[in-house]
Amino acid sequence: MKTILTEPQLFESTHSLAKKLSDAHPDLNDVVFVGIQQGGVVVGNDIVLAIQQINRAQKVQYGQLDITFYRDDIRKEILTPDTMNIPFAIENKTVVLIDDVLFTGRTIKAALDVLLDYGRPAKVELCVLVDRKEHRQFPIQADYVGVTVETKKDDKVKLINKEVVLIAR
Amino acid sequence: MQLSTRHLLGIKNLTKEDISLILSTAEQFKEVLQRPVKKVPSLRDVTIVNLFYENSTRTRFSFELAEKRLSADTINFAASSSSASKGETLLDTVNNILSMKVDMVVMRHSASGAPHFLAQHIPAAIINAGDGINEHPTQGLLDAFSIKEKTGTLEGRKVAIIGDIMHSRVAQSNIYLLKKMGAEVTVCGPPTLIPKYISGALGVNVNYNLKETLEWCDVANVLRIQLERQNQVLFSSLREYSLAYGINRNLLDSLHKEIVIMHPGPINRGVEIDSDVADSKQSIILQQVENGVAVRMAVLYLLSGRKD
Repeated sequence: MKTILTEPQLFESTHSLAKKLSDAHPDLNDVVFVGIQQGGVVVGNDIVLAIQQINRAQKVQYGQLDITFYRDDIRKEILTPDTMNIPFAIENKTVVLIDDVLFTGRTIKAALDVLLDYGRPAKVELCVLVDRKEHRQFPIQADYVGVTVETKKDDKVKLINKEVVLIAR
Repeated sequence: MQLSTRHLLGIKNLTKEDISLILSTAEQFKEVLQRPVKKVPSLRDVTIVNLFYENSTRTRFSFELAEKRLSADTINFAASSSSASKGETLLDTVNNILSMKVDMVVMRHSASGAPHFLAQHIPAAIINAGDGINEHPTQGLLDAFSIKEKTGTLEGRKVAIIGDIMHSRVAQSNIYLLKKMGAEVTVCGPPTLIPKYISGALGVNVNYNLKETLEWCDVANVLRIQLERQNQVLFSSLREYSLAYGINRNLLDSLHKEIVIMHPGPINRGVEIDSDVADSKQSIILQQVENGVAVRMAVLYLLSGRKD
């Protein structure tokens, strides 16, 4: 097991992502933030908190999205769904999807499918903490990236106890 | 987590964990049903046959809608308009349907145990949508879901089941489920409609007095008088039944608390329940129907993965 981001580095990354997002979206009325269950929600909670500290005048709109029913590998194993909570209209808004690790792109593809069942957003952006760039299986790229790491395909990258670690297989 | 079974034949052979898993999954499907697009792609590679050897409106529509909301392909079979009326056996009919690559069978039959028989002979997953006077598991699950949604918990909840207990598969499934989840159950009705074995075998209280029962309970699940299942006269007239066991507004107003009223439908208005009770704020009859779709989606979803 190798540490990719220590706790202070994770804090630093999260806050730098929050800063970038805040600069890109000075008016929080037109943008909503959506964390993808489960890792993306953990990261999203911190990012949204940090954005709220930067822009105290407006309330951040934040929801959680679960892709369980939309997985393309559903037949391998039936998984128990997580909570889905999109308590606002996404119609004509900019939606910022937040995930912990961008790997094959399949999760994001499923998340886009979920999102479109809630309405037609004006624009969707993607923010990830860790980008495993060389393993993409779909044409999906992030707009905001914490760190990019080189990994082997069988490695696992996980957020455990406020650290991001790489588990080699 | 996975269910401990690959069929849903009855509540009797489910574990407490199975029931909790179905109910919590149903909560997520209920959220799906509030969206602008009330559909998920989970079962788009699954084909389901709805095999109804007995009439049904609510249950058949509810299953069909649940299947469509999960993106499954569905075919419908009604015994009255099929080759079953030409004398084809159940097993032959089902094997013929399965040879057309069907993965799951939702089945209602007037013979108790018909889905259990089928489960021993065919590879598809079977969901019992009501068999004779045995069980109606998805009704038990949706009733439990509705009680939990309305009152917060099943544990320790006092539930009265009122009416024709003898002929009711709904009562049986409800009793198994509520007991497993830690609720208290009292059955109430005329002695001729309550089987003698019930308190010992199923661990429920029996009370022949309606007023006392209502005073005791938090939730009253009022059953339909099943005229089609009574070959013998078990009470003298519908009017007499209604006087002794019908739920009316005056009776509810005379209680010291407000209880929740449920009914699995179809309602015989003015017999087991009066209109001003069925349509009142205390009644969650239509929520039960709404929840039925979410609960059936959960059952189909959880059973769909196991093509073994």
